[in-house]
Amino acid sequence: MADYEVPELKEYAVVPLPEDDTMKGLKPFVAKPDFQEALGYPGKKDETKENTYLLVDGWHDKAIDKMGDLLNRYRGFRVFMDSCVKCGACTDKCHYFLGTKDAKNMPVARQDLLRSVYRRYFTFAGKFFPKLVGARDLTEDVVEEWYSYFHQCSECRRCSVFCPYGIDTAEVTMAAREILAHIGRGTKYSNEIIGKVFTIGNNLGLPEKALANVLEGLEEDVEYDIEVEVKFPLDKKGADILLVTPSADFFAEPHIDGLIGYAKVFHATNTSWTLSTMASEAANFGLFIGSYENMQRISMRIRQAAEDLGVKRIVYGECGHAWRVGYSFLNTLAGPFDFLDQNYPIPQHICEFTLDKLEKGELNIDKSRNDDMTLTFHDSCNVARASGMGDKPGGQFTIPRAVIKHVCNNYVDMEKDTIHDATFCCGGGGGLLTDDLMEIRVKGILPRATALKNVTEEYGVTHMAAICAICKSQFTKVLPYYGFTMDQIVSVHQLVSNAIILEGQVDPED
Amino acid sequence: MSTLYAFLLVAATVVMLVGLARKAKQYRKTPAPLKIPVTPAPKTTGGVVIRLAKEVVLFASLFRSNKWTWLFGWMFHVSLALVFLRHLRYVIDPEGMLGFLWPLVSLEVVQSFGKYAGITMVIGLLGLFGRRLFVARVRYISAPSDYLMLLLIMFIGFSGLTMSFISHIDIVQMKSFMLGILNFDLVDLPEGSTILIHLGLVALLGFILPVSKLLHIPGVFYAPTRNQVDNPREKRHIVEWAKKLDETRKDYPELRG
Repeated sequence: MADYEVPELKEYAVVPLPEDDTMKGLKPFVAKPDFQEALGYPGKKDETKENTYLLVDGWHDKAIDKMGDLLNRYRGFRVFMDSCVKCGACTDKCHYFLGTKDAKNMPVARQDLLRSVYRRYFTFAGKFFPKLVGARDLTEDVVEEWYSYFHQCSECRRCSVFCPYGIDTAEVTMAAREILAHIGRGTKYSNEIIGKVFTIGNNLGLPEKALANVLEGLEEDVEYDIEVEVKFPLDKKGADILLVTPSADFFAEPHIDGLIGYAKVFHATNTSWTLSTMASEAANFGLFIGSYENMQRISMRIRQAAEDLGVKRIVYGECGHAWRVGYSFLNTLAGPFDFLDQNYPIPQHICEFTLDKLEKGELNIDKSRNDDMTLTFHDSCNVARASGMGDKPGGQFTIPRAVIKHVCNNYVDMEKDTIHDATFCCGGGGGLLTDDLMEIRVKGILPRATALKNVTEEYGVTHMAAICAICKSQFTKVLPYYGFTMDQIVSVHQLVSNAIILEGQVDPED
Repeated sequence: MSTLYAFLLVAATVVMLVGLARKAKQYRKTPAPLKIPVTPAPKTTGGVVIRLAKEVVLFASLFRSNKWTWLFGWMFHVSLALVFLRHLRYVIDPEGMLGFLWPLVSLEVVQSFGKYAGITMVIGLLGLFGRRLFVARVRYISAPSDYLMLLLIMFIGFSGLTMSFISHIDIVQMKSFMLGILNFDLVDLPEGSTILIHLGLVALLGFILPVSKLLHIPGVFYAPTRNQVDNPREKRHIVEWAKKLDETRKDYPELRG
């Protein structure tokens, strides 16, 4: 099925010896000039060859200028370029290194691909003693190396947790991608998706009518199942809550079962809510490509929808990086939200909403309805290390688990060094969830698959819950390479949906 | 020779302090447009101070990451701090302007432990050097300057220990020399070549510091991943260049429905 070796699952994650270039040359498809331009980037077609794109004229100076611009606009990038002492603390922390053994997938080695050029053009030592400090000229080979290895990073920030200086490879990767985009090396995957958000409204390119059909279909399905009319309102003016959710929730498994879960919670608590066509996408791939401008442009759709529909609150569905943008950046990018109800967090996570209702006893729950499963929970990187929930640090760990434990009897955590802020990425985050990067996705899942296998064997875990659309998609597609089945991945609100009993509910007879 | 060394030491100190101050100013002036603390992060400024203190004093993240690197790294830095404090006795006149520091410098822990801290400092450096040589991952990421930096500080340590334990120099004369520099009244250096090596390397370190990875010294305080308060929903964070974008952010065609 693949022309590369799928790593073998061992009992414990083994730190490999670094090898040279095992993943050299793996890179995503380059974005066409049209898609580059739609996002404000240049592109250049090779007129002699089909589907080949060149670096734009003057790419060398443009890249250095862009690096200088980013150094002046982002303190993190500036400080991180200087402060690494090469202590090696991060070298065994990246799931892509653990899965591929490629030395350049060690976080510091990845940063050094860019830092070596920074030193050459922006520091005294690198200008005059390049060999001594590992500085190098920017060449076309270097650009191609960037394009490859900065798309083997999922911006998950696990390395930064362990760095004594808080150096965040995600910030370096974002800067590198932004520089690459400015010289004609944007990626097809992320850029086309962002383009679809601008022209159609969501990552999937699901137009208004199709979306309305999907939601209508869902209402019929749920009514058929439990004989309760659960509504999935779209563009309902004057609703209290605007639900912003990743568009995968409208069609993918197990995402859609999560969406049904949110709807049942709203139904059970008589909450007035609506989805929006304008904001039919919580995901924000502007984050992945490191573009403040694109991230802001995507975020503005949510503000606009909230204003147009006259809602009082914004709630986010289960999506990891969307929650990072929502929790950490939305107020900056699209705020201030003084027209919303200030008594609630802006925005609020669906898990915060549901836990509140569960704790107040407003939901009729029968936990035993999930007794056929033993659950564990995968902390998604952007939720775990780049956002929060509730009003205490670490709420992003306790709140989803509390929701699960309210609706399930059987729950166990995976090993300590693979959860909470030490969680391992699913392997498909940060703009890598595309078939052209399948090899890195398969190898990068290794540490998570190892931890999952261990709880499966030790505690009989049958299912892993997640609150991220990308994690769910990546797991359902890639965990089967390691002997798991697709349906072992569930949405947290799918569990809520299973356990909740709505008024008038009639269960189908088995 | 004494004049040359006096000049070198003064120049190195000036280069180091000015270089560090300029870098710190550059970091301070570079905006951090987004809230990017690595979470869970403190919700208050006080919490951030504690978080940073744990990093600077205890190397908390490094401890979590790798016990050997932590052990050698922490041993080196704490020893260096003690050695530094002990050395202040050469530049502080108990009767002079900095005399108020004398009680600190004359502490038992500084003067006796400080002497032996030179040894633990070198042991820490040797450990770090060994890791660089023998751990394949760390060897891969090491540039020549990474080894040389350790060697430089090690040789400063060796030369210092030589004077402390093997071939003593006239430290009273040494102090006169240092105070002479501070009082613009130059006095001769004590006899011996070890002190020349020691001071020469120290001056070199001063020159290198602001153009090297030793910038982790200011850098550790300026990392937004560690020094930001986690309150983005409660308080809007916005920097100057981003404010300009706010003026046009409603103009995108797709927002007009």
